[in-house]
Amino acid sequence: MNLFDFFRGRQKTASASVAKERLQIIVAHERGQRSTPDYLPAMQQELLEVIRKYVNIGNDDVQVALENQGSCSILELNITLPDR
Amino acid sequence: MSKIIVVTSGKGGVGKTTTSAAIGTGLAMRGFKTVIVDFDVGLRNLDLIMGCERRVVYDFVNVVNNEANLQQALIKDKRLENLFILAASQTRDKDALTQEGVERVLNELKNTFDYVICDSPAGIEKGAHLAMYFADEAIVVTNPEVSSVRDSDRMLGLLSSKSRRSENGEDPIKEHLLITRYHPERVEKGEMLSVADVEEILSIKLKGVIPESQAVLKASNSGNPVILDDQSDAGQAYSDTVDRLLGKEKPLRFIEAQKQGFFARLFGGK
Repeated sequence: MNLFDFFRGRQKTASASVAKERLQIIVAHERGQRSTPDYLPAMQQELLEVIRKYVNIGNDDVQVALENQGSCSILELNITLPDR
Repeated sequence: MSKIIVVTSGKGGVGKTTTSAAIGTGLAMRGFKTVIVDFDVGLRNLDLIMGCERRVVYDFVNVVNNEANLQQALIKDKRLENLFILAASQTRDKDALTQEGVERVLNELKNTFDYVICDSPAGIEKGAHLAMYFADEAIVVTNPEVSSVRDSDRMLGLLSSKSRRSENGEDPIKEHLLITRYHPERVEKGEMLSVADVEEILSIKLKGVIPESQAVLKASNSGNPVILDDQSDAGQAYSDTVDRLLGKEKPLRFIEAQKQGFFARLFGGK
């Protein structure tokens, strides 16, 4: 800190708090992925192809989520069909 | 009961080898028979940090391949009675290590040593995998910086899923956090993640904070583990860390910024 800064007052550069926030988000996201089985992305792709045989849907229209509740796992499929 | 401790981080350059050398030396100073094993095949550096680079004849890969026995490959430290080093090969590549071979050598080491310190290479490939696979405890070395913290979290995931203990359903590897290259002044200015921030994100037990210190370069220049420099901040911080690993309670030191006087602040002292 030099003379100029001294009179201007201490300006906090808040980069550390930005770092913390970004890390908390990415780490939580990556931990979530870690607990899901490896086959999930491939399964999502295959489901997409099966549905496409009958209905024309986009890549993002099939959402697959796996939830663990105690000893029981729930596979949630959310398929958005196009407007008629 | 002998213990295998892996020093790991995921990211390179955070201080794994410095830490392995310091912790191993610290354990030997406290009377434990200790060996430090370099798993960084192809890029060995533990020998340089320990100051025994000219005494390497046989290495870890030679022992794994039965080209030499452990007695021939173990390098006895010249400073401490209880301390030994097993160097990595400089000429082979990472695939020179096999899981069976590493297991056999580590079992043999466990018979004679109280502590086996495994200095992991950076990355998450074979060398790093084998360094942590057989571990009982892990020291996760982290710099207060985004990429290092993220990689440490990734390593924690691997420690809990891709180790012998996890695959056999045994008690999990005991994880310890060691924060290195810490700048209290920059933390105070809000430029660097604090000890509390890193602890909160990784949520594992903190065992030490090593301040950024000129003593570390000085130590590696001369081939003496920094813990032997007991006048230095980093040396003392490592010494506290070893005590905490052995179950002693020690308050954290060197985590507060040095107070600057009015004139130093006015005229831009360091």
